Amino acid sequence: MKSQNLGRQARAGWLFTAPMLIVLGVFLVLPIILAMWVSVADWTGRGSPLNPDVNYVGLENYRSLVTEPGLDRQDFMTSLRNTFYYVIGVVPLQTVIALLLANTVNQRYLKGRSWFRTAFYFPSVVSSVAISLVFLFLFTSTGAVNQFLGVLGIDGPSWFTDPRGLIHMIGDSIGLWSIDSPPNALADNDVLGLSFWEWFSGPSVALTAIMLQVVWTTAGTFMLMFLAALQDVPTEVEEAAMVDGATKWERFRHVTLPHLRPTLLLVITLGIIGTWQVFDQMYIMTQGGPAKTTLTPAYLSYSTAFNGNNWGQGAAIAFLLFLLIFVLTTMQRIILRDRDKSKRRTWPWQRTQPSEQGVTA
Amino acid sequence: MKHRNLTLTALGVTTALILAACGGDNDDSGAVEPAGTVAESTDAEPSDGGTVDAEPSDGGAELTMLIASSGDAETNAVKAAAEAWSAESGNSVDVLVATDMNQELAQGFASGNPPDIFYLDASRFGDNAAAGNLFAYTAEGSDDFYESLRETFTFEGTPYCAPKDFSTLALQINDDAWAAAGLTDDDIPTNYDELADVAAQLTTADQVGLGLGSGIDRAGAFVVGNGGWWLNQDSTAPTANTPEVLAGMQYVQDNIDAGNFALASSIDAGWGGEAFGTQRAAMTVEGNWIRGAMTNDYPDVGYTVVELPEGPAGPGTLQFTQCWGIAADSDNTDQAVDLVNFLTTPDQQMAFAEGFGVMPSRQAAAADYEALFPENAAFIAGGEYGHGPISAPGLDAVVADLNSQLEAIGTADLESVLAGFDTNATAELGG
Repeated sequence: MKSQNLGRQARAGWLFTAPMLIVLGVFLVLPIILAMWVSVADWTGRGSPLNPDVNYVGLENYRSLVTEPGLDRQDFMTSLRNTFYYVIGVVPLQTVIALLLANTVNQRYLKGRSWFRTAFYFPSVVSSVAISLVFLFLFTSTGAVNQFLGVLGIDGPSWFTDPRGLIHMIGDSIGLWSIDSPPNALADNDVLGLSFWEWFSGPSVALTAIMLQVVWTTAGTFMLMFLAALQDVPTEVEEAAMVDGATKWERFRHVTLPHLRPTLLLVITLGIIGTWQVFDQMYIMTQGGPAKTTLTPAYLSYSTAFNGNNWGQGAAIAFLLFLLIFVLTTMQRIILRDRDKSKRRTWPWQRTQPSEQGVTA
Repeated sequence: MKHRNLTLTALGVTTALILAACGGDNDDSGAVEPAGTVAESTDAEPSDGGTVDAEPSDGGAELTMLIASSGDAETNAVKAAAEAWSAESGNSVDVLVATDMNQELAQGFASGNPPDIFYLDASRFGDNAAAGNLFAYTAEGSDDFYESLRETFTFEGTPYCAPKDFSTLALQINDDAWAAAGLTDDDIPTNYDELADVAAQLTTADQVGLGLGSGIDRAGAFVVGNGGWWLNQDSTAPTANTPEVLAGMQYVQDNIDAGNFALASSIDAGWGGEAFGTQRAAMTVEGNWIRGAMTNDYPDVGYTVVELPEGPAGPGTLQFTQCWGIAADSDNTDQAVDLVNFLTTPDQQMAFAEGFGVMPSRQAAAADYEALFPENAAFIAGGEYGHGPISAPGLDAVVADLNSQLEAIGTADLESVLAGFDTNATAELGG
């Protein structure tokens, strides 16, 4: 009797989840499987990728991106380099700014609190296309940004057409090297199609402008997450800390921050995933230029497929990007996991119990 | 165990539903697909004689046309022409304007239900021809199209589509700057040395002699003038690392070094026309599209358009062109070819020229065009000696790489850039 009841419940459960499973299956799982097939096939974009004229080519598309010297690999590595600098610039900055903003607007006695909350969140709800267009005008060589810099006596660069790397420029200005004639030791040795000199360029001026825009846009989104978590911090704990004579900084460091750990994990995870996938800004503002310094894997995947008619390779780039993001977020979860529980939990997928950190799922 | 069975059942149901949904998709697309089904149903109507005729040129077919329009003027002109053909032939044409041509075409080809007829840019021609997306046809009186344009749309010896129209590069000169430098009509440059010379004379503290857009689509004109090209005659092997190509690139680099020329990007401009319009450059090399930009954005700048000066190997300019592509998967290829024939008559091409400023791709219309637009004589003259764009398949990324390196043409090591192009292009073209 009891087991029959259970069976009925399970059936009802599947019935209720069926619509979502179907939607996910049709719009998520099937396209992914199809893309996986395209990445190992020689589909030319004509007819269905499943038609009999399409042949399995093994890992050829992947090989030309990773192991075979040539333009394909060079472009892919360039895109990885650019996005690497982009991620290590954007993720820490947007996380810190979001945390600061959340802390500020969480103060009980701040005047116009909801006004500030709305103002900081506003960029997140505006379309990235619209923002990109506005930034294009702000960052022209005679735009508002450069006029402001001019007031401070700084001769601003022509942002979106300047391919010079920041590390190159810093090294140049402190006399470490000259941008126009890079040291031979760096320029003449190649790894994966790019010279050391190119690998260590840093983000270009154009990419930096995009990074500034993205930080400005997304900090508000993550502020909202921090704010929600901050409001969950029990007042008693904070008051207890006050009674114990903890300073403001100590309270933040030892009471608030530990409380925010799951949210921090969430924000950094979403940040890493979102920044590695950056596409909109490049599509609208730079198309990968100047000198390919804003080329990103997502944009390269698009242009390889749609402009180069090389669908297999475009799909292969997407899967390599997925793999990279998966590895990075897993590493980051291991580094940031709760130390108290880490003894009985080695890998995230070996858990027997659903985690209380389900918020990250 | 029982639980497991249930899971399997649920999975089975889900899969079945997904498959059903997919099947439904196909049915749907079949139902809305305008070309095949609707044509059949109209054919079956009694007014058509009562028989279902397999002969497609009967009329009654419904065609879809996808265009990348420059604006209302172009859309309306194309729609008017399509309607005129519909009235004459008894078929109908649905003209759709694409917002992202590459993407929408790709979607069409992948779905097996592409637009019957579409604009196809030369740069996308090779890839689509190689993928088998295009229906190869020859328009009526094909010999009348400029030869360079016909060659552009030929893949492996087969002509695939008819050149829609074309444009060429010419030299624009700012009248005021010209007079201020004490130059007269006799000084209009006729060779590259004279061009460098007047550019030097026109260069002032806040104005460069000649502002040039970036990449091979501008600097390449000087390659043609030197008798070179990036690929061999049949587009089967690259020939960039040759003295002729190097000479053309070197000419541009030398003049940038000397301060006579400047890339538009280095003088705060997005393209040559902007550099010219803002008077940061006294001359520029652009196509006939600069007319619209000057009229709309810089109406106060007086300028003269002359042909590009002759290079050491004779006159040379670049041509840009699109063709009327017809989909291999179209059910109405006969009607589509008929429509192209209608759209490429000299009269219709002249109507387009008047409507939205393009230049006819037929030599038979050149005289009419010159009579109607004498100020554009310098542009249409380029039809005789210009070189068509690179249209070989697989070269998109290779050309993009070359262009990205030429963003620094003033300081680039040209020989290694050109050698790099040859290496990359060889890999794509298969040696």
